[in-house]
Amino acid sequence: MLRSEQKPFEEILGYLEGENMVFILGCDGCAQASQTGGLPQVLEMKGRLEREGKKITGYKVVDFLCQKALVASALRPLEDRVMESDSVLVLCCGVGIQTSAAMILKPVHPGCNTINLGGSRGEWRGSERCMECGDCLLDYTGGICPLAACSKGLRNGACGGASNGRCEVSPEKPCGWELIYARLKETGRLDMLKKFVPPKAWNKMRPTPEMLSTSVWALEQGDGSIQEGIE
Amino acid sequence: MISSFKKALESGKFVVTSEVAPPKGTNLEKMPHHIELLKDKVDAMNVTDHQSSVMRFPSLGGALLVKEMGGEPILQMTCRDRNRLALQADLLFAASRGINNVLCLTGDSVILGDHKEAKGVFDLDSSQLLAAIRRLEKGKDLGGNDLDGSVSFCAGAIVTPEADPIEPQLIKFEKKIEAGAEFIQTQAVYDLDNFKQFMDYAKQFPVKILAGIILLTSAPMARFMNKNVAGVNVPQELIDEMASAPKGRALDKGIEIAGRMIKRIKKEKMCDGVHIMAIGREELVPDILSAAGLI
Repeated sequence: MLRSEQKPFEEILGYLEGENMVFILGCDGCAQASQTGGLPQVLEMKGRLEREGKKITGYKVVDFLCQKALVASALRPLEDRVMESDSVLVLCCGVGIQTSAAMILKPVHPGCNTINLGGSRGEWRGSERCMECGDCLLDYTGGICPLAACSKGLRNGACGGASNGRCEVSPEKPCGWELIYARLKETGRLDMLKKFVPPKAWNKMRPTPEMLSTSVWALEQGDGSIQEGIE
Repeated sequence: MISSFKKALESGKFVVTSEVAPPKGTNLEKMPHHIELLKDKVDAMNVTDHQSSVMRFPSLGGALLVKEMGGEPILQMTCRDRNRLALQADLLFAASRGINNVLCLTGDSVILGDHKEAKGVFDLDSSQLLAAIRRLEKGKDLGGNDLDGSVSFCAGAIVTPEADPIEPQLIKFEKKIEAGAEFIQTQAVYDLDNFKQFMDYAKQFPVKILAGIILLTSAPMARFMNKNVAGVNVPQELIDEMASAPKGRALDKGIEIAGRMIKRIKKEKMCDGVHIMAIGREELVPDILSAAGLI
């Protein structure tokens, strides 16, 4: 899941300067869970923009804005309203905003900022974080990722800035390397701390072109029908 | 080329280093004054690198100034602001100008400084920077390419003898030595009995250790450090001693305490020397040296 928060209303109004006819898109997935782009937020945004003198040509909350096929099928019946608009305001994460922009030949404005979860991945998310670095260090570090757990992402031990087990960036944050130390000690593997970890190959953190494709990549590569979008 | 600082370390004498901080801006009046005052009284001067993540005149420029004025600079380099290309390039430049002593540091978090929105780099960490220096000396850069022209450095690192827990700190200390640290300047130490315990462990390694001495300027300053500076522990007796100083004489008391500590470290041969950090009061370093009986 991606977490988002709505942008300040003034910033959104700035994007819409000189545009009077606005279509609003929301998302019933992550943005609904984040309470930033579900139906209540879309309706609230509609009211606020109308009070600012904007004409809302229509709105739609799509199940998953990140899914191009769903975007296309949801918007096709509303095509006239979308196309008479000056622009589309999207209340969703960065993925949904980009999907909408790819599918709609109109200016698309982001209504939300997507919050970095520091590598929260997987179907069932707890406190563990994976930064998808492409070169796993977890053997050295007792199964706690130093890139995610240390605020500096250090690879060879603590920086010395922690006090009482808390990171120098915030008393709320535990020192990742103290967690790693405790785990290695508990499991009798403190010798791992002595190993020199060489400079990291950050280029492995860049996704390959096929990794940049979506789960419906195969469909997208197919007959192109779902790519037609709204024009 | 062997630096005079390295020669001093190898001579077996009691080595003294201090530091100078580059200014916030281009007004270089104060720094040359400090350099002039200290260059013949200490074996080398550290030039701090955007200390506490506050943007300043660069340490490389400051080290060059020390060199030009006939002093012996120790270039402090943190991994916070430069990636491996920039760090290596700066090392090449330093070597070309006869700046051959480097202190390798991780660097404070960006958020503690005055450019909170900046991107912290940390492409390398302090151990990796030490290893990079040793690699440059072998004629290769981190990309594995040959270098035209050689470099030679006296490379050092820091350790926090009062760290809690101490065990991972000692492991990292060992790792830094293996990565290439020839000298260590410690975080400030105040409890010399604790420091002796640390030295009992540290003595077994082939590295020169300079005990960190931070000048106490007042009792509240000592309490502030205890509360806010990681790895610094000023014992209550010293805070009481600072508080007992007559009004307006706290600084004299701080100088007396620093001098007394240095004297004891030297007399008991605890380690190879001291690194004096006067933090903005560099003009007082000669007084500390005098109180310690070193000049």
